[in-house]
Amino acid sequence: METVFSVLIGFFFAAAVYLMLSKHSVRILLGIAIFGNGVNLLLFTAGRLTREVPPIIPAGMDTLPATAANPLPQALILTAIVISFSFFAFLLVLTYRGYQELGTDNTDEMRFAEPKDEPLPPLGY
Amino acid sequence: MAAPTTAPIDLSAAYLMAPTALADWLVIAPIGLMILLGAVLMMVRHRLHLHGWIAIPGLAALVLLDGMLLWRVVHHGPFTMTAGRWLPPFGISFTADLFGALMAFVAAVVALAAGIYALRDIDASGRRYGFFPFLMLLMAGVTGAFLTGDIFNLYVWFEVLLISSFGLLILGSEREQVDGALKYAILNLLGTTLFLIAVGYLYAIFGTLNMADIARQAGDYHGTAPLMTLTALFVLAFAMKAAAFPVNFWLPASYHTPRIVVSALFGGLLTKVGVYALMRVMVMLFPLQREDLSLVIAVSAALSMVLGALGALAQSDLRRMAGFAVIAGIGNVMAGVAIGGPTGVSGAILYALHSIVTMTALYLLIGEAARVGGSWSLQTLGGIYRKAPWVAASAFVIFFATAGLPPFSGLWPKIVLLKAALDIGAWWLSASILFSAFILTLALGRVFLLAFWRPQPAGAAVTVTTGTVERSAPLVGLVAIIVFFGLFPELPVRLSQEAAIGLADPTAYIQSVFPTGGAE
Amino acid sequence: MNTVILRTVAPPITALMLVFSVFVLLRGHNEPGGGFIGGLIAASALAIYGIAHGVAAVRLAIRFHPMAIAGFGLLLATLSGFVSIFAGVPFMTGLWIYPSLFGVEVPLATVISFDIGVYFVVVGAIAGIALTLEGREED
Repeated sequence: METVFSVLIGFFFAAAVYLMLSKHSVRILLGIAIFGNGVNLLLFTAGRLTREVPPIIPAGMDTLPATAANPLPQALILTAIVISFSFFAFLLVLTYRGYQELGTDNTDEMRFAEPKDEPLPPLGY
Repeated sequence: MAAPTTAPIDLSAAYLMAPTALADWLVIAPIGLMILLGAVLMMVRHRLHLHGWIAIPGLAALVLLDGMLLWRVVHHGPFTMTAGRWLPPFGISFTADLFGALMAFVAAVVALAAGIYALRDIDASGRRYGFFPFLMLLMAGVTGAFLTGDIFNLYVWFEVLLISSFGLLILGSEREQVDGALKYAILNLLGTTLFLIAVGYLYAIFGTLNMADIARQAGDYHGTAPLMTLTALFVLAFAMKAAAFPVNFWLPASYHTPRIVVSALFGGLLTKVGVYALMRVMVMLFPLQREDLSLVIAVSAALSMVLGALGALAQSDLRRMAGFAVIAGIGNVMAGVAIGGPTGVSGAILYALHSIVTMTALYLLIGEAARVGGSWSLQTLGGIYRKAPWVAASAFVIFFATAGLPPFSGLWPKIVLLKAALDIGAWWLSASILFSAFILTLALGRVFLLAFWRPQPAGAAVTVTTGTVERSAPLVGLVAIIVFFGLFPELPVRLSQEAAIGLADPTAYIQSVFPTGGAE
Repeated sequence: MNTVILRTVAPPITALMLVFSVFVLLRGHNEPGGGFIGGLIAASALAIYGIAHGVAAVRLAIRFHPMAIAGFGLLLATLSGFVSIFAGVPFMTGLWIYPSLFGVEVPLATVISFDIGVYFVVVGAIAGIALTLEGREED
């Protein structure tokens, strides 16, 4: 099962990298979203995949049954999902804003912070 | 649910049974204080006159708390608090050791200086947008990253400081800022995601996320797992955060766009958090892999410092020049990590501490120079020496410290690093440290010559706004620190040596997390 | 979105979802649910109201700025972590009291106040983002 998931994660990463290599900010953004999901899957796989019961302590017991799934990767993924979700929302607004302000979504043309024709410092006075 | 269960449960298998000393709260108090103040400031965001009254005493309290923390660590060694009373490694541990406490303390000092400077530098619209809440949350993230003892928690603090830095970066929403913020946000997010991938693999290999637990397992690891791949991923992720060559290009693209006080905070703190994490992981957790990767780190370090210095030479915008100076400094710290050993690591720690103060001071100085001279560009600046002699005097000190010339605080870490590099026979590394310092001296000397010394060029805008104590006090304070530790370097040198020893041999660190050998 | 059906149905749906979000929040104490998911439900309720009646109506209805709500939640959650300083146990340790209200024993804990804090953080943050994005449509 881990092998299948590893291959799937590989596909996620490949798609993400392909999208992130694009010049257009929206595609980069989509690439980042896929990348984040690939990482979540990776965390999930890292905690070992088992077909077992959810990690909830049954009534009348003090500890988890031995067959319970590992709850830690799930907690990690939940945290990572929350974080990547908020980042995605922020980046979405920022990209939209960037498109409005800069008038382009082509990263090659985004040279407002680093103008091409900035002169070299004076050589003397 | 029913009241306490009637059947007696042996809690000592999962719970810490000893009562917690009040002093142990020192490790959590700085982080908690910053989050609380950030929350309060978020609630009073529209009462602008309250911001300064809440934020500045809060930052002063942060300095005090971090100072007490540092004092306790120096005198009693590392100590730990594990959240939720769980026994480590089940709970999330916060561990203060000398390295973390030193970084947290210096970061707090710098944040206080920047906060005071911001009282004048950030106008009403910036405050309404939320400069001070973001500043508090940024400091929560920075302090949390320095004090946490759990690697996933470190990731979370990275994200906390990242999202607050996004907010600070686009304060004002000008066109350049949106442009810079896009690049900064995307590349930093990629960096932290790489870090998260590495954490996932780490968990898959060791089954634990507690740093002390990993340190004691990684030391004598005999499995077949690819630790080298894992550590290479960590190095890449943290190098991206620290802006080391060849993943440094987001820094000069974005650091000059926000308000100057925001640049000062970023230049002083954010890259150092990346360096801190690199040292924590590579020196403390995976010392064997660090040795194998040391050549890679060394090449990256040498190129960062040389190219950073050359980049600084090519800029006429002072803020962009400072961005390249930050990269050159990162190269020096990375060189210390690459050299390793107590001397190399202590040089790296010393340089990081010096760099936090000096880079913040450099950006604040540029802010003052631009206020006096009315421009950011070397083309039009001039005559600052005549108009504001005290700014020129601070510039003299800060430039010397940045370039590593005596008698200021930049000299000592470079000497330690040079000695360490020569001791292991890495002559090319020491040559690049010297070459980088030489080029930086040229670049900064030229700034002094053009912006401060030469008469104001004709036709340049002459808009001298009066200086205020809120602007000058932080700069003078930071300059005083630079001068003092340049003249009396014994204390920081000794502390950084002890911190390096504690990092290379984390027995005391592990002891503080697992006093009785720990669970299992 | 100016359809009569949505405009008529949105207020009761919003109210229902808000009640449900509180139910999920409290249920999360011992069963699946909790502050995070409850906060998401409440934020989507506000988003639906915003789609039907416009962003200004939502801002008026919730009285406080979303970021202030998030700040309040953050304050509550952090303070819940610090209550344990008085009990001599580490940060974030859950502390319980069992007061009797009208003859019914109600277990209260710092865990609950923390979760309520999370609820407000999520409501504030997500509603803030949603309202910003919805507001852009009208520009």
